[in-house]
Amino acid sequence: MTPIAPEHAVALAAVLFLLGLIGVLVRRNAIFVLMSLEIMINATGLAFVAAGAAWGQPDGQVMFLFILSMAAAEVSVGLALVLRMYSRFKTLDTDAADTMRG
Amino acid sequence: MTVIFYLSAIIAVAATFLAITRTNAVHALLYLAVSLLAVAMVLFTLGAPFAAALEIVIYAGAIVVLFVFVVMMLNQGTATIRRERAYLTPSMWIVPGLLTLVLFAELVCVVAWVPEAAGAPAEAIGPKAVGMALFGPYAIAVEMASLLLLAGLIGAFHLGRRDEE
Amino acid sequence: MLHLLWLIPSLPLAGFLVLALAGRRLPRALVSIVGVGSVGLSALLSLLIAREFVVRAPEGDAFVQTLWVWMNVGGFAPSIGFRLDALSLLMTLVVTCVGFLIHLYSTEYMRDDEGFSRFFAYMNLFVAMMLALVLADNLVLLYLGWEGVGLCSYLLIGFWSRDPANDAAARKAFIVTRVGDAAMAIGLFILFTQLGTLDIQDLMQRAVREWPVGSGVAVAAAALLLGGAVGKSAQLPLQTWLPDAMAGPTPVSALIHAATMVTAGVYLIARTNVLFTLAPSVQALVMVVGALTLLLAGCSALVQTDIKRVLAYSTISQIGYMFLALGIGAWQAAMFHFMTHAFFKALLFLAAGAVIVSLHHEQDMFKMGGLRKQLPTTFWTFLIGAAALSALPLVTAGYYSKDAILHHAWSLGRAGLVPWTAGVLGAFLTGLYTFRMVFLVFFGEAKTKARHGPGFAIHLPLVLLGALSIFGGFVETPESLGHVTVFGRFVGTILPEAGTAHAALGPEWLFHAAAVGLPLLGIALACWFYLLRPRTETAGLGLDSLRRFWFSGWGFDWVYDLLFVKPFVTIARLNRSDAVDWFYRVVADLSVGLHLVLRLTQSGRLRRYASGIALGAAIILAIVELR
Repeated sequence: MTPIAPEHAVALAAVLFLLGLIGVLVRRNAIFVLMSLEIMINATGLAFVAAGAAWGQPDGQVMFLFILSMAAAEVSVGLALVLRMYSRFKTLDTDAADTMRG
Repeated sequence: MTVIFYLSAIIAVAATFLAITRTNAVHALLYLAVSLLAVAMVLFTLGAPFAAALEIVIYAGAIVVLFVFVVMMLNQGTATIRRERAYLTPSMWIVPGLLTLVLFAELVCVVAWVPEAAGAPAEAIGPKAVGMALFGPYAIAVEMASLLLLAGLIGAFHLGRRDEE
Repeated sequence: MLHLLWLIPSLPLAGFLVLALAGRRLPRALVSIVGVGSVGLSALLSLLIAREFVVRAPEGDAFVQTLWVWMNVGGFAPSIGFRLDALSLLMTLVVTCVGFLIHLYSTEYMRDDEGFSRFFAYMNLFVAMMLALVLADNLVLLYLGWEGVGLCSYLLIGFWSRDPANDAAARKAFIVTRVGDAAMAIGLFILFTQLGTLDIQDLMQRAVREWPVGSGVAVAAAALLLGGAVGKSAQLPLQTWLPDAMAGPTPVSALIHAATMVTAGVYLIARTNVLFTLAPSVQALVMVVGALTLLLAGCSALVQTDIKRVLAYSTISQIGYMFLALGIGAWQAAMFHFMTHAFFKALLFLAAGAVIVSLHHEQDMFKMGGLRKQLPTTFWTFLIGAAALSALPLVTAGYYSKDAILHHAWSLGRAGLVPWTAGVLGAFLTGLYTFRMVFLVFFGEAKTKARHGPGFAIHLPLVLLGALSIFGGFVETPESLGHVTVFGRFVGTILPEAGTAHAALGPEWLFHAAAVGLPLLGIALACWFYLLRPRTETAGLGLDSLRRFWFSGWGFDWVYDLLFVKPFVTIARLNRSDAVDWFYRVVADLSVGLHLVLRLTQSGRLRRYASGIALGAAIILAIVELR
């Protein structure tokens, strides 16, 4: 089994992370924003696993597990908020929900 | 193995790109699932079979299904798709694209400058090693993660209730 | 039985907690049951404990119950501990029994008040704190109770806080007593640093061992404790708060500002009598304070028009008697007068409350009159209280207790001349102002129509207190009248008996003639001026300016206003626009300006915020890399 260059794995994580970031910045629909957030979180986990693999330590996967549970908690609360938002504003447009304007 | 890695990487990037540009939520979710599966393959090739399995079970399984449920509940019809298309004007992409390019350049620099890792070992790190680490030095973090999940459960339950008023 | 001692203060405290937490939601009947019941159970328990204590006196005539150590810092370890001896048992009995009767009375008096449960919560807290004060076995716990009753006094004076005048009265009471309390706290510090303990018994033993009579430290400590006592007991020069404290509901005046809290100073001095014996100059000062106060307050009481203010000044004057007694070493007589005073002054206040409530909250005596027929029970009980207050001979409790004080002064010989003279003059004044009140309120023609008479819950306490005001005095009678010494033997285990080594001032018959005659003369004068030859307003003393001077309480308020309040307000006003403020105002303005600028970034748009985060990340990464 040829080892994969860890730089490449980390670079893949960076690309995925930035794609997710673009999604967050561009999309106005709250569901797409949440999806993009998931992509970003997943990319972070990938970076951890890659780093752990590079050092031959299980810690990277342990961190991946924690990120996984964090993502699960985040998505459940986030989707509940989306439902709330829809019943309140009758839309998923994040720009419409600007009642916190200073 | 290396071939599989690069193949999966390309699939992951492409699927992700498609996922964030779709106007139909269900299509986007399908691409997201493909992207996650590809990342699971990447994890496998990196020698992390346990993480790869979890990626499939929890990300591609649970989380995407959750999204699907919400999309179904909100019943996003054709009108929504049209509105999405209207939102995604080309000018919207300029600033985020620039920002992301800058960040990408910076990240590439960071990765390139990282000193060589101490000889990457070839063998995979199995679930046993992960479990030993998890319930050894990281026991407290496990407790904290369980608390976080509990808080998420309560929060989702509270927010998901129908308005009483 | 004795080990149930801790329940006595705990029951009212529990009542307070229940009422404070759930009182608003409970029905009134239940609030009454909790409020009155907790104090009633406490009274019952203290009666049982008293019986046990008398029948089988514990070792050393005292029972100590330590619940837990309160705090333990560097050798300073006061406990939450109670000490039951004759003195604290007497105080406990008075507080719980009189307190119970007044609580019962309040159920009817406060019936229509919207703050019904709040009232009972405060009253219960007061009883709990007062019991902690009297039962405390160390001065720190005593101080906790001391401040606790002060707080309740403040809360209850300002109970009807819609009226700003009531608030002002409450604040005045709080601030004026605070002056005394600060002195007392410093006294406690001195005691602790010098003697290393605040346990009362321990403290007294060490003080006797280590300090010679008249030593500077003893004088300082005793004087500072006296300061606290003077503030709490409304004695000269801190007496000004008590007349204003009548703004509270009448049961409050009866319980806190007549029967119990204001006598805490007397209790403190009696409790630490060893210290005062070590500092004879301070003890003489106690006597002087008492003598002056009783005369000044007596004069002021003569000219008041508000029935409750008469009673307030009379309270100040009667506590003056107790201080006088403490000052001449008549410890037992002081406590005896405390007990009878608690009975008859509570009775007078409650009867006055019955009058006030049946006249639609009219308190001006010159608008009352002829109530004898309309409110017979109230009249007779008020008459009993008035007779006890003016020490009508033989039949009233007030006679025996006042007689004990005067007799002690008489037997001191030359040293007793000043206190004795002040005492009998005060007795004359007492008779005069008391019966002025009786005649104005109950005799003459009716000026205001009374509402229906009060009910059972008001009458029962009146009758019981009336009985106590008569029979409460028979526990201690002078040698010439049966020589009963139940009270003296009871408190004799704690308080030293009065020594009678000196030659008396004169023959015994002269003493009795004066002690009996002067109050009667006062009553007769009151009868002449207000019943037989009733004139208006200025009746009694033609000197109008003197009348106004006395009416304002010898101008103390005016002097204090001029000396303390006005300069303080002026300084505060000057200080309001000082240069230091300018600096802070610039800071404040700057933050307001910055706020206006930064507010623009708060667009409420999620994507803007996300872009901001991404931009920040880019900048930080750039900094890290280019470093």
